[in-house]
Amino acid sequence: MTDVPAIAQVAAPLVDIRDLRLYYGTVEALHGITMGIAARQVTALIGPSGCGKSTLLRCLNRMNDLIDGVRVTGSLRLDGQEVNSPTLDVIELRRKVGMVFQKSNPFPKSVFENVVYGLRIAGVTRRDVLEDAAERSLVGAGLWDEVKDRLQASAFSLSGGQMQRLCIARAIAVNPEVILMDEPCSALDPRSTARIEDLIGELRATFTIVIVTHNMQQAARVSDMTAFLFEGHLIEYGDTKRLFTNPACRQTEDYITGRFG
Amino acid sequence: MKTPSSIRQFWRRGEPGVWASGAALAAMLLGIAGMLAVVAANGVVVFWPHRLCEFTLHDGSRVLGEVQQWQDVRGGGRRVQLKVGNRDLYGLDFRWIEGADVAGTRFPCDAVALERQEYGNFYGYLAGVSAADGGPGDGTGGGWAALEAAWRQARQQREALERLQRGINRNNLRMERTRLRLLRLRHRGVAEDDPRVAGLLDRQAALQREFSQLVAQSNAAAVECRRRTARFVDSHGSEEVLPVFGIVRAYRPNAMGRLAKARFYLGKVGELLFGQPREANTEGGLFPAIVGTVMMVFLMSVFSFPLGVLTAVYLREYARDGLVVRLVRIAVNNLAGVPSIVYGIFGLGFFVYGIGGRLDRWLFPERLPTPTLGTGGILWASLTLALLTVPVVIVASEEALGAIPRGIREGSLALGSTRLQTLTRLLLPMASPGIMTGFILAMARAAGEVAPLMITGVVKLAPSLPVDGTPPFVHVERKFMHLGFHIYDIGFQSPNVEAAKPMVFTTALLLVSLVLAMSGSAIWLRQRMKRRYAMGSF
Ligand SMILES: Nc1ncnc2c1ncn2[C@@H]1O[C@H](COP(=O)(O)OP(=O)(O)OP(=O)(O)O)[C@@H](O)[C@H]1O
Ligand SMILES: [Mg+2]
Repeated sequence: MTDVPAIAQVAAPLVDIRDLRLYYGTVEALHGITMGIAARQVTALIGPSGCGKSTLLRCLNRMNDLIDGVRVTGSLRLDGQEVNSPTLDVIELRRKVGMVFQKSNPFPKSVFENVVYGLRIAGVTRRDVLEDAAERSLVGAGLWDEVKDRLQASAFSLSGGQMQRLCIARAIAVNPEVILMDEPCSALDPRSTARIEDLIGELRATFTIVIVTHNMQQAARVSDMTAFLFEGHLIEYGDTKRLFTNPACRQTEDYITGRFG
Repeated sequence: MKTPSSIRQFWRRGEPGVWASGAALAAMLLGIAGMLAVVAANGVVVFWPHRLCEFTLHDGSRVLGEVQQWQDVRGGGRRVQLKVGNRDLYGLDFRWIEGADVAGTRFPCDAVALERQEYGNFYGYLAGVSAADGGPGDGTGGGWAALEAAWRQARQQREALERLQRGINRNNLRMERTRLRLLRLRHRGVAEDDPRVAGLLDRQAALQREFSQLVAQSNAAAVECRRRTARFVDSHGSEEVLPVFGIVRAYRPNAMGRLAKARFYLGKVGELLFGQPREANTEGGLFPAIVGTVMMVFLMSVFSFPLGVLTAVYLREYARDGLVVRLVRIAVNNLAGVPSIVYGIFGLGFFVYGIGGRLDRWLFPERLPTPTLGTGGILWASLTLALLTVPVVIVASEEALGAIPRGIREGSLALGSTRLQTLTRLLLPMASPGIMTGFILAMARAAGEVAPLMITGVVKLAPSLPVDGTPPFVHVERKFMHLGFHIYDIGFQSPNVEAAKPMVFTTALLLVSLVLAMSGSAIWLRQRMKRRYAMGSF
């Protein structure tokens, strides 16, 4: 235990969260989260099951709007723009903040159509633009070599790990600023996991990544900053290396050493 | 010791479940197969020419006819049911003969069966054919060949007569239109000396003149073509003189080979599919009923399909899952169980009298009290059936949409698509096989429904089809014929039920085949959709 502050201040954050509270109906699930997320870095959210990691993550692209009875207070700014503002264009926001889910969810379309789906709904119809974007995204997601001969095959014919990388390709095809990943590797074998971790390392050069994980080693390996949540409170937030080697809080230490959760 | 344990095994492995469900399946298959077999067996053979059998009875009399069935009589002995035809001579088409009375049986090659325009079949022997002008003929007496030649000539005459009749119908139609236009002008208070009124009156007069001419021509032709007659004798030796014109078909079943019989059969099937009904619907074709049924089902789908799918989309994708939605869902499910006649009453009260009557007052006030839309018609019948089938479509579509994993919706929305885009690009295609299932069920139900139609627009004999060559080509206000109602009508309402029985079976067979064909094509479509949308290659 040292005297470092439990919650680090991030200079010029891309995402600036202040006193964010979220209610599922009358139940408060996030109790005033305040943190900044730096651009072009990987930020990991860790914490025991049910502590509110996914909830916090889904606040960033307002996916919680889909759930009946969710209410949010406090402020969450992306690029200085208030995300929770009722006048914000959610479509625009979600184009800027992509998301990869725990369970890979390719659409029942061809590999190609999956990748360009975001562009198509944005109104892009030119074949050459779509093809370029598809190749770029698939290369970016490290999937190009495996699927370049079967772009027209069904996405369901890919393996689990390939499907998840396809979902990543789909997310980066629309060129977002932020990519949210909610336990992207929890359904994958170690090799596929390693590939995706490598991929995250490459993507951090271009994108701001927020990743939820249950795997401490993974958080330590891939992230620059780590936030530890517990029962809807942000307990500790700071540089990953520091947090894992020298946690400021007792709860953090208990959690990362596996004493609970 | 061994038996109890094996019984216990039997229960433990869950075998009773397998057996019970297997038995249920078998029973269901048997039921369906039995129904189809009865309908098919009775329906398919109707048109195959039956042999004509002549019994000589012990009292010396002879009876000619088609054997229908042999039956054991209580108290011993057998009796035979014979279709003796010749309704105009004997009054009844059928006759029972005690087996003990039969002295001899023969199948005379020269026995003739006639299908006639009136009075059903005639069975007997050809005696001679008159000359074209009705005179005694050329003296050769006229054999079978002469009859055939005369028959061919009569058919040409009939075609000419039908052309005239079509001309008369056209004239009638124009006359009616002119009358309505005139009615409208007068209703609006246009003066009698207005040029428009005068023009219409002139036209009416011209049409009237044309009409008289056509009718005179047609009458003359009708008399002319009835001149030529053929003489027949029945098995008792009574003579029957018939105009050749009134003979639809003449054949000698006992002299026909297999090939000839097959050709005869195909001809009859062709008549069934494309011909007009005759003799209070118990003979002839079913074309108007087929067209009516198909068109009614088609119109019904046009209404119920979009309505059902959109409702399901709203319930599943947009509405908050609260009390109201749950109540609506319960209501929809219950609607599927409301007896169809209740829908019929509703259709009559709401569509026919309510909407139709109001439209009449608004659009065609001059024709009142004669209703135009305020009476049963194919439009109202289809709308009624659409209401009846829409719950099925809603339930199936809702299930299909509900079966799509959340991840698909979230994945699409997270990429910045709107709900509508998600719906049209992913959810509806993915749900389409399930929606098709509902559609198939709805279609099959609509095709087989009769009760609500009887009070919303079906008739025994419609003067014209709901689709034809006169603008606007689709006449949704017209009454129509329907195969299901046809079965009910000829089977239970006709004065000569026994004679109508074969037609009941053929119509039933046709209706079943029609439903099978429609569902079959829908199933084929669903299969293709499944391959496309579920396997992910669109
Ligand atoms: N749709 C919802 N309605 C009501 N409560 C919810 C809903 N979703 C989550 N919660 C509650 O909010 C809290 C945080 O849930 P959240 O899914 O964010 O946890 P998590 O940290 O992602 O857990 P895990 O690691 O298991 O995914 C939990 O107590 C959960 O029960
Ligand atoms: Mg979670």
